[in-house]
Parts: sequence; structure tokens; C-alpha cells
Amino acid sequence: MLNQKIILPIISFSVLLLIWELVTRFSGWSQQVFPSPLMVLISFQELIVNGELLKHAVASLFRVSIGFFLAVILGIPLGIILGRIKIVHLLLNALIQFLRPISPLAWIPLAMLWFGIGDVPAIFLIFLSSFFPMVVSTSVAVEAIKPTFFQVAANFNLSRYEILTKIVIPAITPQVITALRISITIAWLVVVAAEMIAVQSGLGYMILDSRNALRMDYVMVGMIAIGIIGLALDFIMQSLSQIESTAWGRFTK
Amino acid sequence: MSHIKIKNLQKSYIDRRRVSRSKTKDNSKASQGIAILNDINLEFEKGEVVCILGPSGCGKSTLLRMIAGFEKPSAGEVLVNNKPVTGPHADSIFVFQHSGLLPWMTVWENVELGLRHLEPVARKVAIQEHIDLVELTRFEHLYPYQLSGGMQRRAELARGIAVNPDTLIMDEPFSGLDFLTHMKIREEVVNMHELIKKTTLIVTHDIDDALIMGDKIIVLSGRPATVKLEKNLNFGRPRNLAENLELRELRDELFFMLGVSYAV
Ligand SMILES: Nc1ncnc2c1ncn2[C@@H]1O[C@H](COP(=O)(O)OP(=O)(O)OP(=O)(O)O)[C@@H](O)[C@H]1O
Ligand SMILES: [Mg+2]
Repeated sequence: MLNQKIILPIISFSVLLLIWELVTRFSGWSQQVFPSPLMVLISFQELIVNGELLKHAVASLFRVSIGFFLAVILGIPLGIILGRIKIVHLLLNALIQFLRPISPLAWIPLAMLWFGIGDVPAIFLIFLSSFFPMVVSTSVAVEAIKPTFFQVAANFNLSRYEILTKIVIPAITPQVITALRISITIAWLVVVAAEMIAVQSGLGYMILDSRNALRMDYVMVGMIAIGIIGLALDFIMQSLSQIESTAWGRFTK
Repeated sequence: MSHIKIKNLQKSYIDRRRVSRSKTKDNSKASQGIAILNDINLEFEKGEVVCILGPSGCGKSTLLRMIAGFEKPSAGEVLVNNKPVTGPHADSIFVFQHSGLLPWMTVWENVELGLRHLEPVARKVAIQEHIDLVELTRFEHLYPYQLSGGMQRRAELARGIAVNPDTLIMDEPFSGLDFLTHMKIREEVVNMHELIKKTTLIVTHDIDDALIMGDKIIVLSGRPATVKLEKNLNFGRPRNLAENLELRELRDELFFMLGVSYAV
């Protein structure tokens, strides 16, 4: 089982590499247009050694961390309020559903106008991209809590505060973790796009800059770095759901 | 004075389809709703075990929920110690038809729910005592999903008894258990009752449960439910159905009343 978990992904990655290698060899495109795996590997090493890759990755991760963190600490409480208080739900739900489908990228012109050039507009876009999914998933999770649990709470005279800490928060934790996983992926998608416009650093900027310099090998290094970091972020979020006190979510319907 | 008194209790649920279709001016509750319970009058004494039988969907759970204060009657009232029930309270603990354990808490934390106000040391002792009482020692730190169905029932029972309620309200506490576990837990409930003597209301589908446990048997009719039979059983416990002629006759009668023409 464990072997399969390691071997099977290795197989799929190897096949991808093989196809890539074959295409570069037989397509007739030059290395400048479609660099080979080996060339990208060498460039990868180069960018690691000269520190460029790390610098840009840290810049991107910094923006994602701030934007995502703000979205989470504001989105989860708002979602809980929305799920618990009918009047707030009626007041805000339509507004949220209206704003939600507007792609964060559509906000780029306004974000740049309002916040200028730099980290702030990028963080704002990441915040927008994660905030709405967090609010909506949280409030849906709160509404889905079995009425039985609230009856138990009333039966044992739990205070409003205790209902929040002993019923609502633990009950929604499994869905919130899933939402965190989805949101961080979206945030990571958006940071690259945001960096292509508003800033002078980050993996998105690195890709754009490399394109302007016609260094497709660097472009690919940037893409691969994005993929690897995305994989790691997802892994971190996924391991949250392995925490023992949330394990019930995987077994209880 | 009786412990629990149910006076002219009525319950109907609003039929959404009918309300939206006919825009009649008649807004009285009865005309808009589906009547579930119809004029129920009952009295339960302190310490009694009351077993409630009735066809599926007739409103047994609804009746219990109103006694527990989870729902309001459409008319009539429920009095506990002569005071109308206004809402749920730790004096009447409800044991749910489908588990009421909180799945994100261990057995220990679930039992702790009703003992929150105690000092840490006393709390620990009390939690352990109640877990031991239902023979879940060494399973304290498991989550409900890690327990068998029978163990879950026992854990919920321990949680309920731990708050020392005046009334235990159990909605089909043995449903979904295998035959032997059913017997075992029923025996435990009987023993527990001998020990703590709490007023205990039990809804069950099993006529033998009622005959073995009940000081009083209530049979409800189909919807809208009325009280079809109210019978006191003045026998001690434990009881032996095979040897008690009177109980066996009552058993046949109950089977007949619930629509089965011969007892199995
Ligand atoms: N919230 C509700 N709205 C409308 N109808 C309801 C509602 N709750 C229950 N009912 C109806 O009330 C009736 C009685 O339900 P209840 O759960 O009390 O039955 P029961 O006797 O406990 O049945 P069972 O033995 O199957 O558990 C059912 O026909 C059900 O459809
Ligand atoms: Mg029921």
C-alpha cells in the first residue's frame, strides 16, 4: 500500500518527463522555444544557486500567507455569523453571492488604482480570492450541523459561548479544513497572476520577466516551482485533517 | 402530585403544500396543519418507568420532544412538577433515537458535558464513576465512531445520568442493536433504574421491552395519535415473561392492538 502510494505517482511523473523529452527531440522546435528537461534542470540549479528562485518564491509565499491569513481570520467568523444568525444571512448572503463569481483578476485594474504598485494590491487580490470561498463554505457547514447537536446543547444548558466552542466550531472543522485546502490552491493560482501585473518580485514576476528575456527555460523553472510549492501547500492543509480530534469527520456521516 | 402531567396536548405541523395552494382566510392552526397528536392526557408518577408503544410515525418522538421542551405544543401543555415546560433543561435528559453523542468528543468529554460546573477533582471522580457504571472503563478516550452501537448507547446513558436529572427520556434506546446487545442494555437500564429511581420515559417498538420494564404502558393510536391504552403493571422487576400469565395475556392483547393478529 505505502509502496503504491510512492511508486504510482513516480510512474506518472516519469511518463510526463518522457513525453516532454520526446516532444523536444522530435517536434523540430528549438531549445529556445521548447527547452528540454535537461536544460530546464540545469537552469533550475542555476536559479537555486544564485538565489533568484528562493527570493521570488519567498516573495510569493509572503503575499499568499498574508492574504490567505486575513481571509481566514475574517472569513470563518463571518461564515459562522452568517450560518447562525438568520437576519445577517438575509442581509448579506445575496451580496456575497453577487461578489463571489467576480474573478479576483477582474479586480486588478481597481486594485492597482487604489493601492498602487507593490505588495498591497497583490495581497488584496489573494484576500478576495480566498475570502468568499471561506465565508460561503463556513456558513454552509454551520447550516448543515445536525439539529440534534443543538438540542443536546440546550438539554445540557450550554451557554451561547459554549455552543460556539463545544458545538459549532468542532462540528464545522472538517468542512473548514476542506475549504482551507481549496482556498489555498486558489490563492496560489491568483498570486502568480497578480504578480504579473502589480509587482517586481515573486514567481509570477519571474515568469513574466523571463518571457520578456525570451528565456523559456526560466519560465518553465518558475512553473515547476509553482507546482512543487502548490503540492506542498496542499499537503500541509491535508495533514490538518489527520489531526485526531478532527478524524471523526471522516467516519461520521 | 404527579411528576409529569400532560394536559389536552395537541400538535400539528404546518402542511406547506396545502398552505401555499389554498389561499383561504382561515388561519387557525388546526385547519392549516397535519394533526399529529390529538388531545393527549397522561400523568406519570415520580420514579415510574413509562413505556410508550405505537405504530411507526404516529408521533411518539414528537410527544417526547415536547415533554423535553424541544418543541412547543400547538395546544394544551406539559407540566413537570406542576410547572409548564418552557424549554429544554438539564432536569429532563433526552437520549436520542439516533445517537446524540457529540462525535468530536471522546466518551470522557461527552460525559463531562453535564458535569462542567464541578471542581476539577470532583469532576474527574464523577466522570470516571459514571463511565464505570456503564462498563466503559478503559474506553474513556475513544471517539463515538470507534465504539460499537451498544457502547454508544451506554455512553449516552452515562452522560445523561451524570447530570442527575429528574427525568430520563429515551427514544428507542435499543433500536438498531443486535438481539443480545438489546437484552443486555435493557437489563442495564432496569438495573440502573433500581439504583437511581428516576422517572424514565421510554419509546419502544418492542412489546416485550414494555412488559419487562414498564410500571406503566401507554399505547398510542395511528395518526393523529390518541391514547389507546394506559395500563399500570404492578409487578416488581426483574420480570419473567414466560412465568407470568397476566403479562402474557397482556402481551397478546398488545400485539392485537398494534395490528398483529397473533403473537410471535
Ligand atoms: N418538523 C416536522 N414537520 C412536519 N411533519 C413532521 C415533522 N416532524 C415530524 N413530522 C411528522 O410527524 C409524524 C410523527 O413523527 P414522529 O417522529 O413523532 O413519529 P414516531 O412515532 O416517533 O415514529 P417512529 O416510530 O418511526 O420513530 C410523522 O408522520 C412525521 O412525518
Ligand atoms: Mg420516533
